[in-house]
Amino acid sequence: MLDTPVSAPPIIELRGVAKYYGSTAALHNINLSIANGEFLTLLGPSGCGKTTILRLISGFESPSRGELLLNGEDITDAAPERRQVNTVFQNYALFPHMSVWDNVAFGLKMQRRSRAEISDRVSEVLRRVHMEALADRKPRQLSGGQQQRVAIARAIVNNPLLLLLDEPFSALDFKLRKQMQLEIKHLQRQIGITFVFVTHDQEEAFAMSDRVAVMNEGEIRQIGSSQEIYEEPENLFVAHFVGEINVLEATITSRLDDGAYTANVEGKDFKLRSKREFEAGEDVKVLLRPEDLIVYLENEHPFTGQFFLGRIDEAIYKGATVDILLTLDSGRKLQAAEFFNEDDVDISYSPGDRVALSWVEGWEVVLDSEGE
Amino acid sequence: MPRLPGGGGSAFRAFGISVTWFWLGAFALLPSLALLLVSVLDRGELDFFIPALTLGNYRELLGPVFLRVLWDSVRLAFFSTLVCLLAGYPFAYHIARARPKWRPWLLLLVIIPFWTNSLIRTYALILIIGAQGMVNRLLMALGLIDAPLVIMYTDFAVFVGLTYTLLPFMVLPLYASIEKLDTNLLDAARDLGAGSLRAFWHITLPLTLPGIVAGCMLVFLPSLGIFYVPEILGGAKNMLLGTFIKNQFLVANNWPLGAAASAVLTLALILMAGLYRLSSLRVAGREKKGLLGGNGDGKNPRREAANLPEAALR
Ligand SMILES: Nc1ncnc2c1ncn2[C@@H]1O[C@H](COP(=O)(O)OP(=O)(O)OP(=O)(O)O)[C@@H](O)[C@H]1O
Ligand SMILES: [Mg+2]
Repeated sequence: MLDTPVSAPPIIELRGVAKYYGSTAALHNINLSIANGEFLTLLGPSGCGKTTILRLISGFESPSRGELLLNGEDITDAAPERRQVNTVFQNYALFPHMSVWDNVAFGLKMQRRSRAEISDRVSEVLRRVHMEALADRKPRQLSGGQQQRVAIARAIVNNPLLLLLDEPFSALDFKLRKQMQLEIKHLQRQIGITFVFVTHDQEEAFAMSDRVAVMNEGEIRQIGSSQEIYEEPENLFVAHFVGEINVLEATITSRLDDGAYTANVEGKDFKLRSKREFEAGEDVKVLLRPEDLIVYLENEHPFTGQFFLGRIDEAIYKGATVDILLTLDSGRKLQAAEFFNEDDVDISYSPGDRVALSWVEGWEVVLDSEGE
Repeated sequence: MPRLPGGGGSAFRAFGISVTWFWLGAFALLPSLALLLVSVLDRGELDFFIPALTLGNYRELLGPVFLRVLWDSVRLAFFSTLVCLLAGYPFAYHIARARPKWRPWLLLLVIIPFWTNSLIRTYALILIIGAQGMVNRLLMALGLIDAPLVIMYTDFAVFVGLTYTLLPFMVLPLYASIEKLDTNLLDAARDLGAGSLRAFWHITLPLTLPGIVAGCMLVFLPSLGIFYVPEILGGAKNMLLGTFIKNQFLVANNWPLGAAASAVLTLALILMAGLYRLSSLRVAGREKKGLLGGNGDGKNPRREAANLPEAALR
């Protein structure tokens, strides 16, 4: 079901949405469809407009241009209280004068549900988030993680079409954060509600999401599965924003029949693969993740296939891997990450060692030079 | 016990604490005890009081004269407080929700009247509501009335005077508690389906209750005790509690009876301070309390509340 999220009818759709505050644009032209049951994450640096998108969906801001459709219905001008959308606020925003129970029951009371129904649903949701024992406490008597659970319970008890979460873990310490990530992911699978999650932590985004939308300066720069975003970045911003990446300068020399090219990369001739179209003579960038690079000490290298020669500047041991900073003979500085080979424990990388560098053919990403 | 900031040198701490206790003892506790003592003494022929214990003064308070005074005073104070609350809440709300750079100036407008002697301000009211006052002249110029309305020397004039004089005491604590209210909570309430009215009822109102109670106390108690407003605007017809007490001390020379009436007023004050404390505890969890300091930082709301009516008389 989640493999082809876009083909299912979208639960929420943003069409050509822009938002201006005075003369500054917070969002330019957002087109976004989210499928029912999907876990979508908005990922991007501070100020790129993530919160603004959530506030447009929840109704606390209205778009300067464009429209929003919730379950096929135009909600562009609907008040927040009229949208079947709930939010987990960044600071939780639990009502301090109400018990956990009353906090969670609030939404149902506003819908004027019957006493019995409220009681059933609140206890069920509290059980789900493991808070039933603390139902009588006031929010200030709870730990950060517990407040977090109450905030989530208070939202999902209403069975929203869409749950919005704005950096819900930012106040939690590392360990609790990891635990809550798992819990929320499980919860989302169980209840099947569509989640729109905001974070600027790429690991968090990758770990939790069906799809990730990477944003910058009020635009969605790429949207796709974690793997697509990481392995097939569509532009340099995305490539740099998610993890480390090496960028090599290259010029296409000729186009081969099978979607492959020959190119001059950093002064050496290589065969490159790409789904993109390039012409002979075009300047391109070749992107390689550190872990895709294979480093051989020069004296061990078979010297077949395509490779660069270079020299190790620094080797940083990180337990299971070693990060190698090196300089190619062309002068380009690169970073590689090697796993320790258990069959070859003696292998050691030291500054100054000459190395040969290659990568698995076809793992490179080739972008045109403008793709900033 | 007052907790000193920083908790620095223990000598300074001890000094600060003893000064505070001395101050409290000398200027709050001792006079109150003296008052309580006098209220159970007998009235003398030549002296203000003679050292003979009696509950007669309190019994006299149960008589029709005082009960009438009490009833009139409480009724007037109640309506003044109510109107101050109804007018003060939206007022305070808008100041608290104004842009931050505007707030100090708007608050200044509330406070400026304090810079003028309140006696003078009360006399100035006559220029507005008197027979030849601005209100009457305006209404007659507009042809709405033929003869001047009689406003001066009525309960209504006293009510106007009290409301005008005491409104800032309502606005300031309300402002303090509304300003502290986290607007995220209102967003959360709307997100959960509450319209703005219900969000106000379920979130804003309960969370600003300490400010409401503090403001009501600061208006209700002084409007029972202030004597110059009723005397200037209400004439001598309807005696109110403040005038009654003043007269016992200065005119009738019946100190014990005046003291007993004062004691009753003080008791009401203590009861209301207790109410305030209860309401703050209910909303606890938000560390800082209203303008009164509240219980959060160890200050005594009763003492501060008791100081404010004096400020109003200044
Ligand atoms: N009420 C507002 N008035 C003016 N500008 C605003 C307002 N709200 C947001 N902005 C601007 O819009 C842009 C996007 O803000 P937004 O809060 O959506 O960013 P964000 O991606 O959520 O950032 P962060 O990760 O820091 O939370 C920012 O440049 C911000 O300054
Ligand atoms: Mg944000």
